[in-house]
Amino acid sequence: MKLFDNLQKKIDKKKSIQKHYISKEQIKQTAKENSRIIKELEKQNNRKNVPEEEYLTKMRDSNNVVEFDDLHAYFFTDAGIVKAVDGVSFDIPKKSIVGVVGESGCGKSVTSLALMKLMQKPQGQIFSGEIRYNAKDGKAYNISKVPREDMNKIRGKEMSMIFQEPMTSLNPVFRIGDQLDEILFLHFPGITPEEAKEKSITMLKTVGMAMPESVYSRYPHELSGGMRQRVMIAMALSCDPNLIIADEPTTALDVTIQAQILDLLRSIKNDINGSIMLITHDLGVIAEMADYVVVMYAGRIIEKGTAREIYKNPQHPYTVGLQKSIPALNLNDEKLYTIPGTVPNPINMPNYCYFRDRCNKRFGKCDGEYPATIQISPTHSVACYLAEEIAAELAKSKDGEKNAKK
Amino acid sequence: MRLGLIIVKMIKYIVKRLALSVLILFGVSIIIYGLVRIKPGLDFVQAKYYAQMQLDNTGQVALMVEKQREIYGLTSPILEGYLVWAGNILQGEWGDSFIFSVMTGEVELLVDAEGNPVLDSEGNQLTKPISSSNVLDIIASKSTISFVIALIATILQFGIAIPLGITSATKQYGVVDYSVTVLAMMGISLPSFFFGALLLRVFSIQLGWFPYAGLTDPNSNLPVLLDNIHHLVLPITVLVILSIGGLMRYTRTNMLEVLNADYIRTARAKGLSEHKVIYKHAFRNTLIPLVTILAGILPGLFGGAMITETIFSIDGIGKAAYKAVTMGDIPFVMAYNLFLSVLTVIGTLLSDLMYAVVDPRVKLTGGSK
Repeated sequence: MKLFDNLQKKIDKKKSIQKHYISKEQIKQTAKENSRIIKELEKQNNRKNVPEEEYLTKMRDSNNVVEFDDLHAYFFTDAGIVKAVDGVSFDIPKKSIVGVVGESGCGKSVTSLALMKLMQKPQGQIFSGEIRYNAKDGKAYNISKVPREDMNKIRGKEMSMIFQEPMTSLNPVFRIGDQLDEILFLHFPGITPEEAKEKSITMLKTVGMAMPESVYSRYPHELSGGMRQRVMIAMALSCDPNLIIADEPTTALDVTIQAQILDLLRSIKNDINGSIMLITHDLGVIAEMADYVVVMYAGRIIEKGTAREIYKNPQHPYTVGLQKSIPALNLNDEKLYTIPGTVPNPINMPNYCYFRDRCNKRFGKCDGEYPATIQISPTHSVACYLAEEIAAELAKSKDGEKNAKK
Repeated sequence: MRLGLIIVKMIKYIVKRLALSVLILFGVSIIIYGLVRIKPGLDFVQAKYYAQMQLDNTGQVALMVEKQREIYGLTSPILEGYLVWAGNILQGEWGDSFIFSVMTGEVELLVDAEGNPVLDSEGNQLTKPISSSNVLDIIASKSTISFVIALIATILQFGIAIPLGITSATKQYGVVDYSVTVLAMMGISLPSFFFGALLLRVFSIQLGWFPYAGLTDPNSNLPVLLDNIHHLVLPITVLVILSIGGLMRYTRTNMLEVLNADYIRTARAKGLSEHKVIYKHAFRNTLIPLVTILAGILPGLFGGAMITETIFSIDGIGKAAYKAVTMGDIPFVMAYNLFLSVLTVIGTLLSDLMYAVVDPRVKLTGGSK
């Protein structure tokens, strides 16, 4: 009997040891489940000749170009579902620059790729939520429902994208001119090659390229990184889109070229009729350029507001930390401030503030579930328990005002 | 002006590479000669006449052998012997095959002992066809059919493997991808002698659909060309099926790599259709490694398929080489290997040149500096 007891104890002990790895069965199970979901979503995406009514929708506010509404964009991996974008809602008003900020891996690029429907398929899928897009012709599309075939009419013409890596974003075997003309031939059927060439060279001039005629007949490898990024911007501009998504357009460039490209983007903003969604991890760039700022962390928006609100009155400790991490010449600090720790792995996130473990203002309430979004002003909102008091005070003072008026 | 400069650079590059090729061939020739020369026991001339020498008691054969050995430079030490052999090669004297001879197509007038022409009953001069054992003549005559077979097989191989590879890559981990991959792996793993024998057994012997040897059948009532094609179906099937796998996997790998590239995302962001993205933007980039392979198969085109030709008794250069090896036809083996190395060197040069043609990033220059 004693022997049996010992054995039982051993088994119990084994059971109680928590597993820190994923077992083969678990992987198999998730893979099976994933492929089922992916198949369903892909089927939706690959449909052909879908009637427009199915994906046409109505904008909440016709002054917006894009409205993200509770967007969930997931990657279905064997290790589990990576919730890269987990319930993101924000608007891009017409003729404005909206900056999206956050660390690497916070889901800001995925948000933009979801908007273009360019997520790595088949793993990357828009799982739920709406992206409403206000097209030039006044129609409003629900991007998440637009099938792949019809998406091609929107891409490039209605919204275009400037990518992070100018060195690899141009096809190395085609001449710059061919790559610029291609998008014109695609979206302006009936354009003659001469017209296309003229327009492309004009676009190259617009982006401040020296010797545009010579650049037109060159291959990408003959240009520098900055020149290539200018070509990418020219390409993005050439169909006069409603929205330009700039996904960290200056990250891969050296500092002087960065400044030039940012100047270029700013001048474009005045020239075009569209909006810019500027994705970056550099709050300094955002401060200079953006009208509205969205701060993302681990797939969720933790704070959003006008640029002024975010800079003058940041509420979330993460936003404060980000601001402190910008090197400034007028500060005499010996070391640049850094936020300790790293972005958590977005698989199986627990239901509490994701930033809690890195936060220097953590207090009792933070042990609770994920904080709700608190409106501080009509444009400024934040997801943090710290803001509750402020919001309460604001409400009080408002009540006070009301009472005073009475 | 720019184009002119490029052409001058290209010519410079080719000349330089050709000079280098001579050096490589020199090394190869040393290896080929050295290997044959250090063969233990009898040298190849003695080996050929060994049986006759045993029976010979007049000394005639021994004399002849000695003379032949002199011709091949075997009486002198290895270095001198190599120089004699290499000198002969350079002068175009590649030696005579021990076992093969071909009709050159020319004729020689028959003469009697006094030198008068021999006439037949109608007064016409009698002629005799000239046959040649010169290894170059043999290689030239035998490689024609091998070339035809290899050309057809290569066209089919590329024509089938590349579309399969692309489909497989674009539908990665799908049903098509897995089944194509399994078939390709089977193709890679099957040895040609086994697969060839299998096809012979099933389609020639049991079903009787295809002939099992040679190129023509005197009893066939098909026109000659059709008859030849009928004979070539099985050997070409073997060659194609066995080589598709590798090429298909290669295409698939390259295509997958290209499909993950940033410029493909750019192409999609432009609003191009998936078809255009794959067949214009991605395929043009996948073509770069493929074209270089295509240029590199030159030795395969002319060198023959040793085992397949032997199995199907096709009188090509591959079968000849196999026979020469088994029967100790040293002059032919040496010439064949030298021929293959020349082809290989030219093939590499061609593939480097093709690189510059298909990839604008590659510039050929006369030297490293």
